Amino acid sequence: MTISTTDIREKEQLISGSEAIAIACAMADVDVITAYPIRPYDTVMQFVSKLIADGTLSCEYIIAESEHSQFEIVKHASAVGARVFTGSSGVGWFYAFEALAVTCGLRLPMVAMVGNRALDDPGAFGTEHNDALAVRDLGWMLRWVDTAEEAMDAAFMAWRVAEDPRIYLPCAISTDGAFLTHSQQIVQMPSQEQVDEFLPPYDRGDFVLHPDNPITIAPQVNEDWLIEIRRQTDAAMRRARDVIIEAQDDMNRIFNREEEDPFIEEYMTEDADVVLVGMGTLSLPLKVTVRRLREQGKKVGFVRVKWFRPFPAPELQVALSKFKAIGIIDRDYSLGAPQNGGVLYTEIRSALYDVTPRPPMIGFICGLGGREVTVDSSTEMFDKTFEVAETGHAEEPLLWIGVRS
Amino acid sequence: MAVTAVEVVYRGIFQRLLSRAICRTIVLAARKEGKIGTAFGRYSDSPERNGIPAKYFAVVADDPLELQETLAQYEPKAVDVSIVVDDSLCKGVESWAWYGLQPINELTKEGGTVLVTSIQESADLLEDMHVKDTPYNLAIVKGPKSFSGLWVYKDDHTDVRILGALAKVCPQLVGIDAYKETIREQWDELKETSANRAYDRVQSTPVEPGQGNPEEPFSFDMPGWETMEEALVVRPVSVGGGFRGGEGGFQPERNEVFKKWSTRTMRPVINFETCTKCTLCWLQCPDTCFDVTPEGLYDSDMESCCGCGVCEDVCPVPECITMVHESNFNDNSSQHDHWKRDRDGYMAWLEEMRAASTTEKADVGRTHGFYEVGQYEKEFEQTGVAGDD
Repeated sequence: MTISTTDIREKEQLISGSEAIAIACAMADVDVITAYPIRPYDTVMQFVSKLIADGTLSCEYIIAESEHSQFEIVKHASAVGARVFTGSSGVGWFYAFEALAVTCGLRLPMVAMVGNRALDDPGAFGTEHNDALAVRDLGWMLRWVDTAEEAMDAAFMAWRVAEDPRIYLPCAISTDGAFLTHSQQIVQMPSQEQVDEFLPPYDRGDFVLHPDNPITIAPQVNEDWLIEIRRQTDAAMRRARDVIIEAQDDMNRIFNREEEDPFIEEYMTEDADVVLVGMGTLSLPLKVTVRRLREQGKKVGFVRVKWFRPFPAPELQVALSKFKAIGIIDRDYSLGAPQNGGVLYTEIRSALYDVTPRPPMIGFICGLGGREVTVDSSTEMFDKTFEVAETGHAEEPLLWIGVRS
Repeated sequence: MAVTAVEVVYRGIFQRLLSRAICRTIVLAARKEGKIGTAFGRYSDSPERNGIPAKYFAVVADDPLELQETLAQYEPKAVDVSIVVDDSLCKGVESWAWYGLQPINELTKEGGTVLVTSIQESADLLEDMHVKDTPYNLAIVKGPKSFSGLWVYKDDHTDVRILGALAKVCPQLVGIDAYKETIREQWDELKETSANRAYDRVQSTPVEPGQGNPEEPFSFDMPGWETMEEALVVRPVSVGGGFRGGEGGFQPERNEVFKKWSTRTMRPVINFETCTKCTLCWLQCPDTCFDVTPEGLYDSDMESCCGCGVCEDVCPVPECITMVHESNFNDNSSQHDHWKRDRDGYMAWLEEMRAASTTEKADVGRTHGFYEVGQYEKEFEQTGVAGDD
């Protein structure tokens, strides 16, 4: 008995988000993949290994001795012009933190999958977004997805934007542990021709580290140079917005995808009074709740943030200012933050500071440790947001939802 | 709304690929009928651990919107069919995270089916399965448990036989023709034949409310954030005292909620008359499950035993401790109590248990894992399918 091989030319696949990204590696002809196991990221390792064993994927596949080396190896491979893929989860991602930080300043494009996982101890492997969010200040582009199909699209998009000579920054795709990494869905596959048309080869030009192109990277810099380097990295991150818009246009056209906003997804928001905003797979219970509440005549909607870095402030300013109240759902925490709010809450609050009218807002922390975000808890959050709409003010700006008291 | 959900209850790690194959094939076959579905494992399980009860699910709906409505991300609240690929799990399922014991039929809908691979009869299985207040059906695919390795599974057609039987007991999920087509594509015509045969042969028995094991399954309440220990500190239990609270012997204190139920697939049976009181089982048991009786004998506490077989291995007396498969037991009661109460009766029972065990300890040293050595071959003979064309 053999386990059936994955024929990636099949038009339709039953695959998990991790498997979708592994297949994207094969279709994007990735040159170097490094890995170190930690749940739930390790699922992508298994599928990469299988694709290599099946002869579908040909690449250097290096199992490092730790996450730190794992990210250092792809960083260096990227410097010599290799298209790279890697990833981790939770504290594994944190073990690589030094390598994560330096990759941005060195302007080395890299695509990583973060299988979102709680930062244990106490031991836990359910979804929390704090792992990926920890690099939000450093120059990593951060993307959140909610289906296996979107995970695959986002991977192609990530290489395209990261390797763009205007950008040269690393990009992490966040896939919620369990809901995306361990759950198999029906995915409609793009053809190899479509992928090739969308994703040109990685060309580092004269920035490539090669004996024929002798350059030095990562010299010692102090007060004479570093702030200028930071300003350059900042400029690259600012340029990423336009490159993402360009790439999304191409993806919609080449992959025959429906027109969609590159940065946010709006679900039944057109005539909504209140909306909830969140990231990742909690979109599933939220969308179901929106439909059920609308059947009861309640005008509610949901906004999903797809890119966290660059942060879609312009899009959210336009989208959110029209509602009577907004509720922000964080599957993360930022203890001691203003209003004791989560990371997304605080960012959106900041993004809306100059907007008129500025909608009253409330923050929610829920689903930590992979706790189920249910229709009941989603309904509770809508109810609380309606209360804010009525009074124009959140009595308590931040609520924890679904916690045993 | 036509949503159908199925769970496969299995033992990690050696049945994980079997369960995955069953659930994937359900979803792929559903596509042949124009339906859509998803397949996923219960994430809070740790199926890589030997023998741990774990679950895999397949949820099928008529269209994507309907599938969304099921919120098929977590363990479903109810399923049409509970497939059990190791019949010792009929005693219940405890997850690795210790939430207590979940009856095997807890998620089975009214009128749904528990589909078990077993060489036992339905009456035997019902002794283990907890009573339910709604009627359901018990169907058996005759055969021994299928166990195999990490990356391959025993190609004994258990997967397709279950799918064939599933088409019979739950035709609204996927019909037999779609399964046959998918099985032909994924494997071959021989396995298609096996599926078809199981479809023809599967027998289903109605189970009435109140029928089954009347025991209250073990459970406990989890405290809230204001009442639980800061940072979930786990306090030590005190050392313990005399046997059953008496003067002599020794019995360790045990955690009130950290108990073993269906994690175990075998348990030690002890001959108290040949025991030399050497202490080795007591010393080596990794779960401190031996109580020292006032006369210096060792009684294994079945709420602590994980069935590892170390005691049998270290015992220097031939056949003093014998590991016996769980299908022979219906409760966790004390063997020492039984022996004290009725020595002759206990010794007769002990002989019966030894006979039930297939272990040839002299040849193989010790038993381990889920099977006694030679058990699969013995069970396979009992199915009567050997030599069946």
